Amino acid sequence: MVFRRLPRWAIVLPVALALAGLPGCGGGGPAASAGGGSKEVTVFAAASLTETFTTLGRTFEAAHPGTTVRLNFGSSATLAQQIVQGAPADVFASASPATMKTVTDAALAGSPTTFVRNKLQIAVPAGNPAKVGELKDLADPQVKVALCAEQVPCGAAAVKALGAAGLQVTPVTLEQDVKATLTKVELGEVDAALVYRTDVMAAGDDVRGIAFPEADQAANDYPIAVLAQAPAGDLARRFVDLVVSRQGRDTLTEAGFEVP
Amino acid sequence: MLVVPALAGLAFLVLPLAGLLVRAPWPTLLVRLAEPHVLEALRLSLVCATVATAVCLLLGVPLAWLLARVEFPGRRLVRALVTVPLVLPPVVGGVALLLVLGRRGLAGQWLEAAFGISLPFTSAGVIVAEAFVAMPFLVISVEGALRGADRRFEEAAATLGASRLTVFRRVTLPMVMPGVVAGAVLCWARALGEFGATITFAGNFPGTTRTMPLAVYLALETEPEAAIVLSLVLLAVSVVILASLRDRWVNSP
Repeated sequence: MVFRRLPRWAIVLPVALALAGLPGCGGGGPAASAGGGSKEVTVFAAASLTETFTTLGRTFEAAHPGTTVRLNFGSSATLAQQIVQGAPADVFASASPATMKTVTDAALAGSPTTFVRNKLQIAVPAGNPAKVGELKDLADPQVKVALCAEQVPCGAAAVKALGAAGLQVTPVTLEQDVKATLTKVELGEVDAALVYRTDVMAAGDDVRGIAFPEADQAANDYPIAVLAQAPAGDLARRFVDLVVSRQGRDTLTEAGFEVP
Repeated sequence: MLVVPALAGLAFLVLPLAGLLVRAPWPTLLVRLAEPHVLEALRLSLVCATVATAVCLLLGVPLAWLLARVEFPGRRLVRALVTVPLVLPPVVGGVALLLVLGRRGLAGQWLEAAFGISLPFTSAGVIVAEAFVAMPFLVISVEGALRGADRRFEEAAATLGASRLTVFRRVTLPMVMPGVVAGAVLCWARALGEFGATITFAGNFPGTTRTMPLAVYLALETEPEAAIVLSLVLLAVSVVILASLRDRWVNSP
């Protein structure tokens, strides 16, 4: 037996950590609270909505005392798959109609509403080490570029924008969601990336954004929908109402989204 | 009384694998396996895991020897440090590697300035991430074998005038060879399955850094069937490894 030689703590520690983690991971899903006038609403939202939906979640909790908004952010494609596989979500806000279609095709959501649009920008690290000024600079083989994978909305938009510009760009990496792509810029591991304008704004001083004209041809519409099986029912509809309300639109436009 | 939870435990471990087999798109399996991007990911995975294992052998066997045979202050601490990557979430390992070997990392900065070497987003980066995560398996296995080996042979060789290196090469290593092989196989399997550190440190690009586990993850987004096929390949590889270790693990009393 190989593992006999492990020091005792090396066995005790992971077990202890695993046990400590247990209540956090499984505990009280929406199903648990569904009985007594559901007080929890679970929202699956695109990674690019991380900041705005966190704010809106707090607003919602303040307006509905005793309610908890559980937010799950990730690439829209991943979230759509999770919903199709039966994840207990109430609301799905995705970064592209295509990923929303995965869910509506499975008859798991009613008709979605488009609530914002988002455009790509070139994100460069503070100081812009590779002196990137416009989209065609990304085609320079000396410039290390990160893009989102084509399967996720920001990647699909990037392909469209580069196509519109007639550019061949060979990225060094294709990341799983827009925040992962942005992180590579923040860390200075790449010289440039194509991410949403809102992500550049949320990143603060570490990242500079450069707008480019072809982004207009690759703007993403963000649909939101209450899911058919929503355990939170009415509460889910009220969350969507908040997102499309005046207050919701203000929060979103402040972050750099365009309201249609 | 113990049989019920035991069977539940068995079902828990086996059913997900059975599910993979049940849901596999058998009629199109071969066609999907022959797709260029699958072969590319498979080739990259095999090459990187093998090179990572070689790196682990080169550095890990001497390290195991140091821990098993040389008395020095703080040895327990060093042994504990060696096992850290074993219990560390691989993503954390990836972040740590990025902070040290990334383009702006403590050592990476210098590597790039002096030699123009940048590890992230390269296959070498994949190998580094895999070796980081997999090496403890090898070290622990080899150290265990060294401790179990009879030291009198080494002492005899030394009294007959063999140098430390000769003793190690001609006496110690042959004695612990089964442990080294088992450790290398474990290490290789761990490297092959590496995901978290790889995607964090090395990125995700077909042909250079997209190994099988990364391909599985990405495929799940759009083509769940392709993800199943890729998973089956990894499952098959695991079974082969288990079979090759049969004598030391499965048949152990």
